[in-house]
Amino acid sequence: MSVREKAATKALLEANDLQVVFKPQSKHPIVALHGLNLSVASGSVTGLVGPDGAGKTTCLRLAAGLLVPQAGAITVFGHDVVREAEKIRPRIGYMPQQFGLYEDLSVQENLDLYADLHDVPMAGRDDQFARLLEMTDLGKFTARRSGQLSGGMKQKLGLACCLVKIPELLILDEPTVGVDPVSRRDIWRIVYQLVQEEGLGVLVSTAYLDEAERCNNVVVMHNGVKLAEGTPASFYERVQGRVYTISPTPNQSVRHLHGEILQRSDIVDASIQSGTVRAVFSSDSGFVEETGGKERRELEGAVTPVAPRFEDAFVDMLQQDGAAVEKLSLDGMQRTQHGVEQGIEERQAAIDVSGLLKTFGAFTAVHDISFSVQRGEIFGLLGANGAGKTTTFRMLCGLLKASGGSIHVAGNNMRKAPSKARSRIGYMAQKFSLYQQFTVSQNLRFYGKAYGLKRDALTRRLDWALTEFDMEDRKDVVTQSLPAGFKQRLAMAAAMLHEPEILFLDEPTSGADPLARREFWARINKFSQEGVTVVVTTHFMEEAEYCDHLLIMAQGQQLAAGTPAQIRQHAVTEAKPNPTIEDAFIMLADG
Amino acid sequence: MAGISYIRLRGFIRKEVLQIRRDPSSLLLGIVMPVILLLIFGYGVSLEPTNVPIALVIDEASPATQELKARFQLSRYFRPVTVHSIPEAVLLMESNHVDGIVHIRSNFSSLMEAGEEAPIQLILNGIDANRARIVEGYIQNAIGMWSERFALQTGRSYAPPVVIEPRIWFNAAANSTYSLIPGLLTLIMTLIGTQLTALVIAREWERGTMEALLSTPISSDEILLGKLVPYYVLGMIGMALSIILGVFLFEVPLRGSLFVLVLLGSIFLIASLGLGLFISSAARIQFVAAMGSVLSAFLPAFFLSGLMFDLKSTPEAIQYISTIIPAKYFVTITQTLFLAGNVWSVLLPASLVLLVMCVVLVVAARKKLGRRLPQ
Repeated sequence: MSVREKAATKALLEANDLQVVFKPQSKHPIVALHGLNLSVASGSVTGLVGPDGAGKTTCLRLAAGLLVPQAGAITVFGHDVVREAEKIRPRIGYMPQQFGLYEDLSVQENLDLYADLHDVPMAGRDDQFARLLEMTDLGKFTARRSGQLSGGMKQKLGLACCLVKIPELLILDEPTVGVDPVSRRDIWRIVYQLVQEEGLGVLVSTAYLDEAERCNNVVVMHNGVKLAEGTPASFYERVQGRVYTISPTPNQSVRHLHGEILQRSDIVDASIQSGTVRAVFSSDSGFVEETGGKERRELEGAVTPVAPRFEDAFVDMLQQDGAAVEKLSLDGMQRTQHGVEQGIEERQAAIDVSGLLKTFGAFTAVHDISFSVQRGEIFGLLGANGAGKTTTFRMLCGLLKASGGSIHVAGNNMRKAPSKARSRIGYMAQKFSLYQQFTVSQNLRFYGKAYGLKRDALTRRLDWALTEFDMEDRKDVVTQSLPAGFKQRLAMAAAMLHEPEILFLDEPTSGADPLARREFWARINKFSQEGVTVVVTTHFMEEAEYCDHLLIMAQGQQLAAGTPAQIRQHAVTEAKPNPTIEDAFIMLADG
Repeated sequence: MAGISYIRLRGFIRKEVLQIRRDPSSLLLGIVMPVILLLIFGYGVSLEPTNVPIALVIDEASPATQELKARFQLSRYFRPVTVHSIPEAVLLMESNHVDGIVHIRSNFSSLMEAGEEAPIQLILNGIDANRARIVEGYIQNAIGMWSERFALQTGRSYAPPVVIEPRIWFNAAANSTYSLIPGLLTLIMTLIGTQLTALVIAREWERGTMEALLSTPISSDEILLGKLVPYYVLGMIGMALSIILGVFLFEVPLRGSLFVLVLLGSIFLIASLGLGLFISSAARIQFVAAMGSVLSAFLPAFFLSGLMFDLKSTPEAIQYISTIIPAKYFVTITQTLFLAGNVWSVLLPASLVLLVMCVVLVVAARKKLGRRLPQ
C-alpha cells in the first residue's frame, strides 16, 4: 500500500454563516443551525461535540448534500453543495447515525452494492474488499446476513461500505454509539489508519467526549452555533488548576462523596472516575485559591490536583452558556443517608437471580446469569447493544418468561407469580413510553391512577414528583414538546410515583448528551441514598463507576462481575496503574 | 440530468431482486396471492348461481307436470325438493332452505287441456334481489323450454305468463367466471404494482437506508428505474400466472391477441407502479403508505372498476370518480380482449387514457423522489 506524501493540508469543506430552519412554514419553526462557520482540512479529523439538539447531525447532513441551507453557503471540494451536489457525492463517504445496511443482504452483498453505487471498477474491487475485510475483521462473516451481526460488527460493516471507494472526505455521524468498547477501538483505529495512509479528511460527531480528545480539531456546538473550536489541548487552559480528584475516606463510599461534592456551590462538574471523584471547581471558588496544589482537609479525603481533560472544559463551557446541569436539590439526602450508611450490615437481597436462561428458538439470548442485588444498592448491567441486557431486564421485571433458572424480586418468585411484585417495582423502558399528547401532569396523574393511587395519596405524590424533578413550571406543557432531558425526567417520575422499593431503568442514558447523563446519575445516586434499590442497564462503560456492583455481559454471557474496583483490577498493568472499566472490558473481551 | 450509470443501476436492481427473493411477504403478495385470488374467485365467488335450492309444490301428478319436475331435477342450476303443500314450502323458505317456490295447482292439466291460460306460481326470496332476478330468469327459462317441448309433442300451444330469454353477449352461457377472470387480472396487477411498491421506498426511509443511499452518487432516475424494473418483472409474472390459470384451468377464451394484452398490461402495470412509488415517496412511513395504496388503488380497483359491480347502475357521481381510476380502463381492456377480441374501437380510447395516466404517475413519482432529506 502506497503511503501518500503528506502534502500540505488543504481545506476540503468550507461553511459560512449557515442557517437551517426546519418546518419554516409551521407555527413553531425549529432553528437547527444559526450562523455556523466550519472548515474541514484534509489529513485530519474534525470532531463535532455538543449536547442534544446542538445541530451536529444537521451539519453533517449539509456536508453530505442531503439538506439545503436557508442562508449561508457550504462548499465541499470547492463545489457548492446545493448546485453541484453530483460533483461532490462521488468523492465523499457518509455514514448516518442509523446506518443504512440492508439487513437482508449478506456482508459481501452489502459491500458489492455500495461498490456498484460508487461506480467502483471491477478490476480493483477484490483488493479493496480484502483490505476492508481485514481492517474490520469481518473476513469470516462475508456470507452472513448483516441483520445477524452484532452491533459492533454492523457498525464496522457500515464504515467499510463508506470506504469501498476511498473517499476524500469521510462524514461519520456518531459512529460508535452503543458499540462495545472493542469495536469502538477498532473503528477509530481504521479511521486513523486511513487518515494517515490516504490523507483523507474526516468530519465526525460524537457523544463520547474521550473520542473528542483524539480529534485533531474539535468544534463545540450548542443551540446551532459554534461555541469554540481548537485542538483538544487548547481547551485545557480554561479549566487549568481547577480540576482535582478527591478520594473518599475509608468509611465513606465514593457515591456518597460524589453526592456531597455536588452540593457545593462552587462546583462546576463532578463525576466518578476509577473510584475517586473528579471535580471541576468554578474559577471564583475559594477552594482553588486556597489549595494551590496541596491537599486539603475540608473534604476529608485526599485531594489531588490533576491535569484537565477535554471533558472538564466542555462541561465548564456549557455551564457558562447556560446549558448547565441543574443543581439538584439534595435536601432529602442528609436525613436519610445516615440510616443507609449504618444499615449496611443488615442489608438483605432485594433481587436474587441464579442460572438465568433465555432462548429464542435456537438462539440463546441469555446464558447462565447469576447475581444478587442488596437493598439500597445501585446495580449496573453493562454491555454493548445486543449483549442480552434488555432481555435479562425484562425477565427481572416479569415482562418476559425465563426459559430456565430462578428469579426472586422483593421476595417474590418472578417465574411463578410475576404480578405480585409489580406494585413494588418501578420500570422505565428504554423507549419513551408516556403519552405524547398528554400534558406533564396528565401523564403523571394517569400513571398514578394506574398504580392504584387515590385522592390524597395521588395529590401528595404528584406534588412530590413535580418538585423533586423540577417540573413545576412545565406541568401544563404537552409532553410532545418537552426537550429530551425533561422527557427523561418525566418518565422516571412516572416510574416512581407509587414509591417502589426497586427501580428498573433500561438504558436511561442512551441517546442523552453528557450533561443530561450527569444530571441523571446525580438523581439516581440521591434515590439510592434514600433507600431505593436501583437496577440500571447502560452501554456507557464509564457509568459503571456510579454502581455499587455490576455485571458486564457479552453475547448473553457474564464477562465479569463485582464492584467497579474489582473489575478495574482485571486491567491493572505496570503501564496503566489506574485503568478504567472500559480498559477492563477490552482486556476481558480480548481474553 | 446526469446520465444513467450501468454499474449503479445493475447494483441497485440486483439488491432489489435479492430483497424480493428473501422477503417472504413480497413473494407472498406477488406470486401466492394471485393464485389464491384466482382460485377463490374462479371457484368460490361465482356471480352465477348454480344448485339453487327450490321447493316444488305440485298438486297434480300428470305426465306434463312429471316432465317439468324432471327438468328441474336434471338442471345443474337447481336443487329441487318436492313438498306437498304451500305452507310446508313457505316454512322452508323462511328457514332459508330454499330460494324459491314453484307451485303448480291441481287444475293445471285440465286448464291446459281446455286450452286456457294455465298459470304457474313462482315465489322468490327477494332478500338478495340480484340473485332473485337471476333465479327468476332460470326458472322462466326452464319452464319455457318445457312448454316448447310440450307444445311440439302435443301439437298444442302453451303460453306461459311470459318467457324472457336472457341473452348476454360474449358470455352466452352467462358464465360469470368468464368476465371475472379478466377482471381479476386487473386486481392482481394492482396488488403487485401498487401495494407492493408502496412499501418499498417507505421501508428504505424507515430503516434509514435511504439516507445512506442519497449520499451516494446514485441519481433519482436510477432509483426510480431500479425500483420499477424488478417489480415490473414480478407484476408480469403475476399476469402470466393469471392468464395461464384463466385460460387453462378456468377455460376462459382469449379471443384477442396475447401480444396486445401484454402490451396494454405493461402500460397498466407501469401506471400502478408509478402510483405505488409516488405514495411511498410521499408517505415515508410504511403504515401510511399501505393505507394510502389500499384507499387509492386496491379498493377502487375492486369496487369502482366495473369488475364486481356494473358501473352503469351506480350513481352519476361514482361514475365520474371512476373515470380517474386506471383499473376501470384496464378492466374494459381485459374483458374486451378475452371475451370479444381485438375490438379497436373499445381498446384504443381506453389504452390512450391509460398511457396518459402512466406518464403522469411515473413523472409524479420521479418528482416526489427527491434527492434530499425532508426539511
